[in-house]
Amino acid sequence: MSNQISVGDASPGCQKVDPILVADNVSRQFGGLTAVDVAHVEIPRGKITALIGPNGAGKTTLFNLLTGFDKPTTGTWTFEGKNLAGVASYKVARLGMIRTFQLTKSLSMLSVIENMRLGAQKQAGERFLAALIRPLWRAAENRITEQAEELLKRFKLDAKRDDFAASLSGGQRKLLEMARALMAEPKLVMLDEPMAGVNPALTQSLLDHIKDLKSNGTTVLFVEHDMHMVRHISDWVIVMAEGRIVAEGPPAQVMKDQAVIDAYLGAHADIDLGTVSIKIAKDDN
Amino acid sequence: MDWSLVFGNAAAELISPTTAAYALAAIGLAVHFGYTGLLNFGQAAFMAIGAYGFAVSVLNFGLSFWQAIAVSMILSVLFALILGIPTLRLRSDYLAIVTIAAAEILRYVVSTTSLKDLTGGSSGLSGFATEFYAINPFPTGNYLFWPFDVTEKELWVRVFGWSIVALATILVLLMMRSPWGRVVKGIREDEDAVRSLGKNVYAYKMQSLILGGALGTLAGIVFVLPRAVQPGNYVTGLTFFIWTIMLLGGAATVFGPIVGSMIFWVLLSLTEGVLQGLVNMGVITFLSTDQIGPVRFILIGLGLMALVVFRPQGIFGNKKELQFNV
Amino acid sequence: MSQLLITATKKFAVALGLFTFLFGLLVPASAFAVEGEPVPDSNVFSIGGIIKDGDVVLEGIEISVLGADGFEAVGTTGADGRWSVPVPGKGEYQVTLRVETLPTGASLRDPDRSQKTVKIDVVNTVNVLFPLNDTTTPAVKPGDKPATAETNVFLGRLIAGVNLGILLAMAAIGLSLIYGTTALNNFAHGEMVTLGALLAFTFNKILGIDLLLSALLTTILVAASGWFQDAAIWRPLRKRRVGLTQMMIVSIGLSLVVRYIFQIIYGGDTKVLSQGEIWDVFGVPTQAVNVISAGVGVVILLLVAAFLTKTRLGKATRAVADNASLAAATGIDVERIIRIVWVIAGALTGISGVMLGLFLQASWDMGFSILLLMFAAVTLGGLGTAFGATVGALVIGIFVEMSTLVIPTDLKFAGALVVMILVLLIRPQGILGKAQRIG
Ligand SMILES: Nc1ncnc2c1ncn2[C@@H]1O[C@H](COP(=O)(O)OP(=O)(O)O)[C@@H](O)[C@H]1O
Ligand SMILES: [Mg+2]
Repeated sequence: MSNQISVGDASPGCQKVDPILVADNVSRQFGGLTAVDVAHVEIPRGKITALIGPNGAGKTTLFNLLTGFDKPTTGTWTFEGKNLAGVASYKVARLGMIRTFQLTKSLSMLSVIENMRLGAQKQAGERFLAALIRPLWRAAENRITEQAEELLKRFKLDAKRDDFAASLSGGQRKLLEMARALMAEPKLVMLDEPMAGVNPALTQSLLDHIKDLKSNGTTVLFVEHDMHMVRHISDWVIVMAEGRIVAEGPPAQVMKDQAVIDAYLGAHADIDLGTVSIKIAKDDN
Repeated sequence: MDWSLVFGNAAAELISPTTAAYALAAIGLAVHFGYTGLLNFGQAAFMAIGAYGFAVSVLNFGLSFWQAIAVSMILSVLFALILGIPTLRLRSDYLAIVTIAAAEILRYVVSTTSLKDLTGGSSGLSGFATEFYAINPFPTGNYLFWPFDVTEKELWVRVFGWSIVALATILVLLMMRSPWGRVVKGIREDEDAVRSLGKNVYAYKMQSLILGGALGTLAGIVFVLPRAVQPGNYVTGLTFFIWTIMLLGGAATVFGPIVGSMIFWVLLSLTEGVLQGLVNMGVITFLSTDQIGPVRFILIGLGLMALVVFRPQGIFGNKKELQFNV
Repeated sequence: MSQLLITATKKFAVALGLFTFLFGLLVPASAFAVEGEPVPDSNVFSIGGIIKDGDVVLEGIEISVLGADGFEAVGTTGADGRWSVPVPGKGEYQVTLRVETLPTGASLRDPDRSQKTVKIDVVNTVNVLFPLNDTTTPAVKPGDKPATAETNVFLGRLIAGVNLGILLAMAAIGLSLIYGTTALNNFAHGEMVTLGALLAFTFNKILGIDLLLSALLTTILVAASGWFQDAAIWRPLRKRRVGLTQMMIVSIGLSLVVRYIFQIIYGGDTKVLSQGEIWDVFGVPTQAVNVISAGVGVVILLLVAAFLTKTRLGKATRAVADNASLAAATGIDVERIIRIVWVIAGALTGISGVMLGLFLQASWDMGFSILLLMFAAVTLGGLGTAFGATVGALVIGIFVEMSTLVIPTDLKFAGALVVMILVLLIRPQGILGKAQRIG
């Protein structure tokens, strides 16, 4: 089957027409366990790519490696043609590759709005000496605050603007973390299970927001267990199992792939993949 | 036994230069721990750098008062760099052990007999504050009123010390209300999250270490202006007192450490005076006057334990602002 | 605005409350004291004291007094051993015994305390004491003997270092086991060492009990103190889910409290605990008890290793140290293991305290003074394992003693701490333990 994303047919590790991120031979071992072993993968620019796979497949570890939070045993990768292997995580972020965490990292004792402001890049007032001279950063601060308030409204967090992040529910923290990542205006945003624990009533608007991101030219790579969501918004799906990429392709095609069904369900191949979503949606707290 | 003397002495601690010095050191520690989450257990070392940097510059190198302060500050920055480079990438509890070790190393070095010519060895240094008292703007006389009555020299050292406390307070307030302060508070909460947003966490921790350390160094200078420099003052116990003061007032507050220092010294003076009085009067017979010192330390220890368990945010802190999540 | 006022008032009230509470501890007694003694009427202030070696007063000893803005004076003891220096007024003074003026043979009991800070405020005259070693009962430490021609200084230091390392190892294992199972950096660990030494002193020297029996009793009591402090302090704090940093600060407070209780009970001087015959170890005269201590220490270390690797309980302990929640999930009673660890740590540290007391002599703050060496050992060895702590302790012990061949003796502890920091710089992974999971 042909598509406009890959060069030729979709297959694990296939070449993309316009990749933003290209990784080669990335592997990570923990003691004897090989958590990640990716021979080659390319993430298409300007698209929404879903990274799926059972728990323990190595998705989070791959995120950690690509964003400089963990050191790979082997491997190189480039982002927009720049070599990223060995680059410190904060520099990766500054290049426009922002990730969120599976276990939310909201900064509990900062207010929601301060969390958001922290996401902004190029705030001169974050420099040691400039911090003392308010005129140097007041204008930027106002602009950042406006941008933050707009995003908070989008994510239905505007009522919580001045509350400590600690007072948010688990789902709200996920939203805050994602909104905060967007404050950085990333070129590639990597979301690790963004929907886990989010109120189902909010999911739809979140999905719309992710689609908006795409229309603004942002590339999205996200890890998700909810197959309905994956099918609904992703342009491309990459499937991991036991550290490797076992399948790739447009959602409709991947869902039918025997390797995927095996990876997820083992012997119980008759169960509909969509049922996963119900379980996850109930986890909201 | 004159009780008014006991209470007078205690009240006088409110404005004493020692109280100012400890407040300053505690503000520095609040920058480290309260705002950035750095477990610095070597604040005594920064104070020692202030004391020795200042005294040695004046006595051995003939520098002027302000030059000596500048030299101390430069040494303080260097020390923070040396301390920070190996430790700020490590897990936070290692920072605690390394800072405490570094402080002890420094103390051993300044007290060694092999450096007696420079640091005075175990006898320490004195006579370095002549210029400071020479630039005293207050004419000879007695100032203020009981129990705060002081000579012109005592007034000058108090005015100087508390002015520095005021300046430091303003500085820290400005910093913590700026985007820079937001980043370091973020680091206190979760440094990985801050890193993922493109901030160079290591650099911020270093800046915080330098800033808080510099305040500790100034505290060391204020501390020795009215007394001799003595290596025995810079033991780990000093760091623990500064921690007690910071936690007493509230670690993530700017005014907390000041009030914390006042309460600490007033209570210490009261305890000593009252116990001494009671022992002298024969009311307390199970203690000798020699044992009053230890009793004070026991009370400080108990206070520290109770504080950190039952009121970790301190007297003035917002319960929500400071959580120990390191 | 009124809101602000209310919060401010509330805070003030809390401050006042705390103040009153602490003060309340003191006031009831003073409230009865209606009339005090008259104020000492003079404006004469002085610092003085008496210098004695055992019961013999010493004449011609010089004491210097330094005060604020350059005040300097020297006092000399007279035929009665007394000295006195008039000082200009209230304030802090720093009093130093000029050690070089002591007669040969006489030395300070605690060489680190040739200097004291004295504060004059309430009382006009302050006495300062400098306790000297009673020259009738000299303490011998391996390698301290004057180097005779045939004494190999190098070997002497090495033997002393290994000896110190073995003794340090037992205490360090205790620290490391506690850290491993509860993640607590226990700053009050040194006080268990001190407790061991002081109890041994009490049993052996005050009550005249045989040294071996004293050591046994001490070990049992310190083990019990481990159980007790876990039950009284650490377990309740774990139950309250008090953070690790807070617990660490609690241990600092506890260390202060216990240390100064020791000082009140036992005084500030050094207690001579070592005794007995001198053996010849590879040509180095070494006190027999220390040789025996080292031997017993090795046996104990081997037993600990066997316990941790061979027994069910030992394996469970390691499982808890590895991952407490996983261990709990596999049915291990984590709280019980922690309790046992405290008892074992107490016993090991207690024995170590007795032996270190024999090696270094006992005093109220001996444990605290070697606390950082224990931390250095645990950090050097890395991973919070008993084995790592043992290796670390040996390295530290040998380094401390051997370094004195090159650097001044008063810098030997500093040298060991520098080594620890350098190791962290070069091999942080050695001390990092398991990499933490991100995300
Ligand atoms: N820091 C670590 N130490 C040891 N094993 C780890 C670590 N991080 C991840 N793993 C292991 O690597 C494998 C992949 O984990 P992960 O990347 O979290 O999977 P996923 O995100 O796909 O659920 C799992 O078996 C996990 O237990
Ligand atoms: Mg994951």
